[in-house]
Amino acid sequence: MKLNKILKNTLLVILACFALSACATKKVSTGQMQSDVYTGTDTVEYLASGVPDRVFFATNESVLTTASRETLRKQAAWLRKNSDVTVVLEGHADERGTREYNLALGERRANAAKDYLMTYGISSDRISVLSYGKERPVDSGSNPLAWSKNRRAVTVKAN
Amino acid sequence: MKNIKFILSTLLIILLTTVKSFSLIEVDITRGNLNPLPVAVSPLSIDVKSKKSFENLLKKKDIGEEISLIVENNLRTSGLFNPLNKDAFLQAPDIANLKPRFEDWNLIKAQALITGKVTNIEDKLRVEFRLWDVLAGKEMMALAFTTVPTNWRRVGHIISDKVYERLTGEKGYFDTRIIYVAEEGPKTNRIKKLAIMDQDGENNKFLTLGNELVLTPRFNPTSQMVTYLSYFRNLPRVYLLDIETGMQEVVGDFPGMTFAPRFSPDGKKIIMSFAKDGNSDIYTMDLENRIVEKITNHPSIDTSPSYSPDGKFICFNSDRSGYQQIYVMNSDGSNVKRISFGNGIYGTPVWSPRGDLIAFTKLHKGQFYIGVMRTDGTGERLLTENFYQEAPSWSPNGRVLIFYRETKTDDKGEGFSAKLWSIDLTGYNERLVKTPTDGSDPSWSSLLSE
Repeated sequence: MKLNKILKNTLLVILACFALSACATKKVSTGQMQSDVYTGTDTVEYLASGVPDRVFFATNESVLTTASRETLRKQAAWLRKNSDVTVVLEGHADERGTREYNLALGERRANAAKDYLMTYGISSDRISVLSYGKERPVDSGSNPLAWSKNRRAVTVKAN
Repeated sequence: MKNIKFILSTLLIILLTTVKSFSLIEVDITRGNLNPLPVAVSPLSIDVKSKKSFENLLKKKDIGEEISLIVENNLRTSGLFNPLNKDAFLQAPDIANLKPRFEDWNLIKAQALITGKVTNIEDKLRVEFRLWDVLAGKEMMALAFTTVPTNWRRVGHIISDKVYERLTGEKGYFDTRIIYVAEEGPKTNRIKKLAIMDQDGENNKFLTLGNELVLTPRFNPTSQMVTYLSYFRNLPRVYLLDIETGMQEVVGDFPGMTFAPRFSPDGKKIIMSFAKDGNSDIYTMDLENRIVEKITNHPSIDTSPSYSPDGKFICFNSDRSGYQQIYVMNSDGSNVKRISFGNGIYGTPVWSPRGDLIAFTKLHKGQFYIGVMRTDGTGERLLTENFYQEAPSWSPNGRVLIFYRETKTDDKGEGFSAKLWSIDLTGYNERLVKTPTDGSDPSWSSLLSE
């Protein structure tokens, strides 16, 4: 019991250190980002109750975070239940890159999400991919939080 | 052996410089020019009858003066010349064109003088002009041409090019056009149209209506065709547009997004990226036989390809090292070599029309730079730093770069704008290029009179 408490405390201290060091290096003071992946819900819409429509990415990355995979599993479950629905996966980048590279990056992000849906049994015929690069930000801000909201892959109903 | 070569080349340089010192005035464009050459651009003289007829035809009061204003503006914008105030001119245009009184022009510190004459010959516009060296008291050049009156702006640009060439020893870039993307509306939902205008911002025309997103237009070598990216029917594809006829077509039959198109230097191929399953590679399509070739084959993002002017090499950017860097390869895709090794990420390489440099965009510590490096990656030189700027395009003589810049928005996300800018290769003479709306993705045409 005591050991447990000590462990818990140490863990808290370690977590606090992480948070502090993250603050020191990334200067992110908001609780809406982890490393630089957006974790808030400001811009998120829902395909159905409890099924968020989008996942977020770190700068220059197309790797799915744990939270993103959870979102996509929910989307896959919903898509399995609604087997007549087809979707477009729209990939986006933030404004801090060259236009052409961002088009490719948006495509790569959308495909990362598509691939994950496919591993959960959604046929590729039901998913098309469309990259907008940096052309369609949801947040017009020029700051790290706005950019984190814009680095996204959004599942949009196509029919 | 090496020594002899060195002595010989030094001798040659000395010979050249001595020859230069005997020659007439000259402008050095290889360095930033802090003392632009004072030049007097006398209004082109025009007889009363011609003046009236052109006023009817072109709705311009004094076409001779209008043309001289174009020349004056071009020369000033180049940063190499300082056109003097016309109020100080002592000699009337018609007499100056016959025989300048050099003492008068010397008095107002003009080193070069441009005079000329406009006449109406059977409803054609005939223009003659002369360039004079005021200090030497000599004519440097005299030319005349006849054209349809509606070409009067181009006449001004051609005169500017001839003067520039005579005084700098290099071809000009004034009789050219810029194709770009005109932008309007909120940052989150920009309306974008293809637009074309003269290099000085005049004669702006929209080529698309703004119904679909369009990006990255680029001229072919004759400046008659444009390749660009359109989101027509939500299918981002590379298109080919004939500017004169307005005819357009999709380039190739790719099962996915094609983007980042450019012409080969002979105009026969389009090089572009094709994105599939999260991977972008570089392809070419021959416009005659429609044969598609895959040029790069790598699981990374390969994009923004640009040919060397001889067509033998291609530069592009790739993130195969982890971040975007610039690479050069043979035009068949062999012998890929990374050339950018500085701090930061590098993109949008464009090969200079002179062949010796590659211009690029660099992102380092949150700032964007436009810079140049030699084609082996050495000699990196950053020309301008800003919050966001990218996509340089060369003037046809390789002396000026045009690019676009976007502003940082405020706390409320407002205050966004995108504008075209130009800067000399020297890093001097940074200028806002005027456009009727916001603008981005500029591409400079070849010299139209060539």
